[in-house]
Parts: sequence; C-alpha cells; structure tokens
Amino acid sequence: MTAVKISDLSMTFGAGTPAQVNALDHVNADIAEGEFISLIGPSGCGKSTMLRLIGDLLEPTSGGVEVFGKPSAQARLDRDYGMVFQQAGLFDWRTVSANVELPLELMGHSKADRSTRSRQMLELVELGDFGKSYPWQLSGGMQQRVAIARALSFSPRLLLMDEPFGALDEMTRENMQTEVLRIHKELGTTIIFVTHSIAEAVFLSNRVIVLSPRPGRIHSIIDVELGRRDAAIRESAEFFKKTTEVREALRGIESGGIESGGIESGGIESGGIETGDPQ
Amino acid sequence: MTRLRALWPPVVFGVGFLMLWEAAVRGFGIEEFLLPKPSSILSALRTEWAGEVGGGRITNLREAGWETGKVAVLGLILGVVLGAGLALLTTRFRLLRDSFTPLAVVANATPIVALAPIFNAWFGITGMASNVAVVIAVVFFPVFINVARGLTEVGPSQLELMRSYAASPATVLRQVRIPNAMPFFAVSLRLAAPLSVIAAIVAEYFGGPTNRLGPVITQNASFSRYDNAWAAIVVASVLGLVLFGIALFIGRLVTPGQRTELL
Repeated sequence: MTAVKISDLSMTFGAGTPAQVNALDHVNADIAEGEFISLIGPSGCGKSTMLRLIGDLLEPTSGGVEVFGKPSAQARLDRDYGMVFQQAGLFDWRTVSANVELPLELMGHSKADRSTRSRQMLELVELGDFGKSYPWQLSGGMQQRVAIARALSFSPRLLLMDEPFGALDEMTRENMQTEVLRIHKELGTTIIFVTHSIAEAVFLSNRVIVLSPRPGRIHSIIDVELGRRDAAIRESAEFFKKTTEVREALRGIESGGIESGGIESGGIESGGIETGDPQ
Repeated sequence: MTRLRALWPPVVFGVGFLMLWEAAVRGFGIEEFLLPKPSSILSALRTEWAGEVGGGRITNLREAGWETGKVAVLGLILGVVLGAGLALLTTRFRLLRDSFTPLAVVANATPIVALAPIFNAWFGITGMASNVAVVIAVVFFPVFINVARGLTEVGPSQLELMRSYAASPATVLRQVRIPNAMPFFAVSLRLAAPLSVIAAIVAEYFGGPTNRLGPVITQNASFSRYDNAWAAIVVASVLGLVLFGIALFIGRLVTPGQRTELL
C-alpha cells in the first residue's frame, strides 16, 4: 500500500517578491508503506519543505500530498504521523515521561494508558530509567531519543524526521542510526528522513531521493539494498559503492552551477509563518 | 548542607563590612550626621521601632514599615495581575498586541515615578490610592514585557509539533505558551518585588499620609536625625528583602524542575 503519494507538488515562497524562491517544482513521488526513505540534497533543495508539506505544516502552492489515501490535512487531523526535528524541542517544564505522554494527553488517553505507553516507549529508546528526569538533565543524544519516543508514543504509521541527528556528534549519531533502524524493523513504521549526510542516508534507507535546488526537483532516486545493517556494513564495498553513487548524483547537481545556501534556514525554520504568530 | 555553604560567604562579608564601617566612623572621627555608626542605627531602630508619635517625636518605624508595606504589596499584586493579564490578552488578540505593545515599550522607557505628583492630583493625597497607583505603574511594565515575551518566544519546532498534533490555539496557549512564560514571569516577579518598595517610598516623598517610611526618612533628615533616617532605610531594605524572598519562592513554585538563578 502507498503510504505517501506526492502529486505535482509545488511550493513557492514569497511569490511575486524579489526574494521569491521556488522551493519545490512539480514534484512527484510514491512512498510505500514500511519503506525507509531519505531525502538528501544541497541546502535550499526543498527537502525540509517537502517534509513539512507531507505533514501539512505548510500549504502547497499547487499540487497535493496524500497520506494513507487521505489528503495530508486530514492525515494531520487524524494524527497519522509523528514528527522529529533537529532540535529535540522537549518541554522544559515536563519530565521526560510527561513529554512522551503529551501527544497521548492531547488525544485524550487515560492516565494509566499514558504511563504504560510512555514506559514502553522509553524502554524502546533505552531510557527506561530516566522517566522522572527533566530534559535539561539529559545529553543531546538522550534528548533526541526522548523526542523519538514522543513521536512514536501514539503509534503513528508514518514518522517524519527532519535532520534529527544533525546536532549530534559522530559516535552518538551512529548509535542513534542503529537505534532508529531497530525501531523501524520492530514497528514497521514508514519513515521519511531528511539528512545532509550521505553515509547516513545510505545506511538507513531503502531508497535515497536526491533533490536538486532552485527550483527544487527530484534529481534521482537511488535504491539501496544493503541487507543486514550493522557496524561492519559501513566498511563494506557495497556500502562504499552506494555512498559513491549518491555522492556522484550530488556532485552532478553541484557542477550544474548551482550555489548552495538558502531557503531551509532562511525560509522555513526561522521564518515567520509558524514562529511569530500566537495561534 | 549546600545551602548553608552558600550562605556563609555573604554573611561573613556582611558582618565584616559592618565592623569595618563601625571602626572607620570611630577611627576617623566621621560626624554622625554624615554617616552614623551601625551601632547608632541599631539603637535608633530599637527606640523608634514602636515609639509614641507626638510631642516632638515623629517616628514609629513599625507603623511606617507596615503602612508602606501595605502600599508596596497592594501595588505589587495589582501590578503583577494587570501586567500578566494584559500580556495574556495581547497574545490572544493580534489587534491589541499590535496597538498596545509598542506603547507599553515606550512607556516603559519613561520614568514612571515622575508621575507621582500628578497621581496625587488624580487620586488624592489623603489615602493610599495615589501611592498604590505609582507602584502599579512601576511594577506593570517589567511584568507585562517579560510575560509577553515568554508567551511569544516559543521554539518554532515546538509550535510545529503542536500543529502536527492538530492542537487548538487554546491548547497551545495552555500547554506551551503559558508554561513557557513561567520562567519569564518568575524573573519579572524578582524584578518587581524590590521595585515595588522603591516606588512606594519615592511616591511617598511626593505626598500622602506622613506615617510612612518615605516621610519618616525626609522628616528625620530635615531634623538632622540621621540615625533615625538610616533606621527607616534599614526597615525599607528588610521590607524589600522579604518581598524579594517571597517572589523567589513563588518563582520556584511556578517553575518546578527548573533551575532558579538568584538574579
């Protein structure tokens, strides 16, 4: 079954102004249920925008996204997906387990159910002993694991991850990747994962979607079938071959004379749409 | 243990400072009207604490401290409620925010206590209303501005997260904005508490009943009873400290699990 169907999706920021950016330009893609998909590309290629359009956090200029056969807006209202950002975005005033319970609380689950779920989820991300801690008492990697536990707490069938390990050191990052793969295998959740790291994309994914910027388009889709994925595979010839393939695709974009930098940082994350407005 | 350990350096420093002060006034023969000895201030505190007013005596520190305390606390409570309440409203209603917030920022930069004589004309000088109004005006702005900032300065990914949960604006306010504003509120309380005492005393300098700390200080100074004036200042400081302590306590209550800095 198709988890996400992207049809003729376009997104323009600041239309009609000198700062106009074509973040996405008539993009089509199908993502099957249970797949692990990475979106990779230079800054400004629209990968974060694509993720936000799938999650209905932004309104597309034209085209549409279907999530599990429904319009993305309906999927959001039905809480069909969980979301993890680069910043863990935990609430300082809540304990770790209360953070994990937040979505369940909003969905009206009973107290007993919430605490059972949060205990399970914290076990899943190997933080079983930290439920009563506060976020600031945890390291960056641990905070990000709490964010993952929170995103999974209500058993969404789709997980959207926006550079979730971008702020972590290399070793922590590799451990987190292993963990996410284990969770993916255990729960069968469809995962769409935005990253800057070629090795990360190849290690994690069934398919890597390479995006090119200005206007944001799908440059190529690379199938990765690594079989078992453990520390050893990172040093295998197979792995090297796939990372090279992705790297060459990215280099093909670069040599196309496109400069990098732009919309991801300027247009969305720090932009005005969500940040300034009290809702 | 750690608390006691944090307590002794300031205590040792304070006692040392007072001893040095005492020794300097005695040693250099400084006139008492320029700088009374701590021991003279202490004895003034004792004799004037509950003295009978009248017949040349003008000071009853207990009464003055109590009356000024009432002005400060009443103004503080009203100012905090008003500041935090309006901050909430401006976050909820865009029009109010766009029109009121810039005005508040400008008003915050003007010295509010300068309005004291005008408030006297508006609210009368016989009761406490005019002085309370000054305290409200002084307390209002730091609370309003801090709380408004706390309500709006929410992490963008936290807002996106709430949107992904299909949370209503009211839920976002209750679950994200208000708790996010609590540390800001705690800071503004710690600012506002001592400010309320300052504002009350300065307002009292400009008029109102005379059985308050402000008039007690000015009158004793004009009669060259500097020991009494200093004793009144000590009472005012203790009042400020007590309010600061209460503000610190409330601040901890509303920010459970978060670290509280003293400043």
